[in-house]
Amino acid sequence: MTEQKPLIKEFTKGIIKENPVLCLVLGTCPTLAVTTGVSSALGMGIAATAVLVCSNSVISLLRKLIPQKVRIPAYITVIASFVTIVQMIIKAYAPALNDALGVYLPLIVVNCIILGRAEMFASKHGAAASALDGLGMGIGFTAALFIMGSIREILGAGSWLGLKIPFLCENPILIFILPPGGFFVFGMLMALANKLNSKNTAAKTNTACSACPMNDKCSRQTGKECRN
Amino acid sequence: MSITQLVGIFLAAILTENYVLCKFFGICPFLGVSKKLDTALGMSGAVTFVMVLSTAATWPVYTYILVPNQLEYLQTLVFILIIAGLVQLVEIILKKYMPSLYNALGIYLPLITTNCAVLGVTMLVLDKGAENPEFGYIASLVNAFGAGIGFLVAMVMFAGVRERLEAADIPESLKGLPITLVSASLVACSFLGFNGIVDRLLS
Repeated sequence: MTEQKPLIKEFTKGIIKENPVLCLVLGTCPTLAVTTGVSSALGMGIAATAVLVCSNSVISLLRKLIPQKVRIPAYITVIASFVTIVQMIIKAYAPALNDALGVYLPLIVVNCIILGRAEMFASKHGAAASALDGLGMGIGFTAALFIMGSIREILGAGSWLGLKIPFLCENPILIFILPPGGFFVFGMLMALANKLNSKNTAAKTNTACSACPMNDKCSRQTGKECRN
Repeated sequence: MSITQLVGIFLAAILTENYVLCKFFGICPFLGVSKKLDTALGMSGAVTFVMVLSTAATWPVYTYILVPNQLEYLQTLVFILIIAGLVQLVEIILKKYMPSLYNALGIYLPLITTNCAVLGVTMLVLDKGAENPEFGYIASLVNAFGAGIGFLVAMVMFAGVRERLEAADIPESLKGLPITLVSASLVACSFLGFNGIVDRLLS
């Protein structure tokens, strides 16, 4: 039983404490782009989760074989292969989702959540822990996308998952599904996460930014965003 | 393709299809590197450079190698590897032969491999080419260059906005990224105003 506990922690930390979108601020591009509706947000979340779990497990299994110097290209190749598989599955079984996600589906390759977890976690831990970490992070990502998608679809289109909401659907606030609304809702959600996090004294999390190649140049390095 | 059409593609890529503010590509560098004007300029210069180069490389590979062999599904894998290899190559060449340019752009180059704006532009021009057969190699390059300049415009504008924010009195929870995103939202609003302007200008 003692071995079970840390594994569950690897799973749960990604959902709230280290939520990749709201706390670690990774994967902002898909977060803003596909959350115009709940269904595309969920589709993106599930696709990214699948890639994250598979790539995390494979990279963790290969971690002793990949030479240190070429690890980033090797990780990218592994991730790109899984993205291609997911892309083909979605094209075959959910063509509508494929159209909704468009170019953002192949862009999962450059989603920094996936490369970040490969570098921060999978390259140092066993396959089971890495898969659970990937699953937790993926669910955290999906949850954040789902919340953003719901807010934007309800306010901007007056519907939820395609179901019309009385009153709101006659008076949609169109700006919420336009690009400015995306930035605004994301900013507000992050402010809310800051507010909640400043209250409880959670343990300090390691910033996943150190995996990002932008690390030295990035001004977020101050770590102010998620006050743990 | 006529010159007017190419100018139209170029302007549309900068204004109406701005990659950062309308399509949400490259948000990471947009939020991360836009704090100072000089780093914003350096980063967008490097992005423009790599965008044009990678489109120049991926377009022929896709059209003349992948499509005839029915390997379109390898697009993602091949493109990301081409971009990663190209960035490395450019870095080495610049270091050796153009040290002044390397000093200006060099530090930003390795950061660009995982920038989704670059991969995004190489894929989007192919989508456009699939819809409109006239949209060929030259148009793709012009579109890539316009996308880079659009990135530059957004970065430089936003660097100005952020310098003002430094002095502003911001509520505690909004400090840092949240207020930056809200200001990005306002800047994106201004870009909505360009909708339709390009078609009107050229018709």
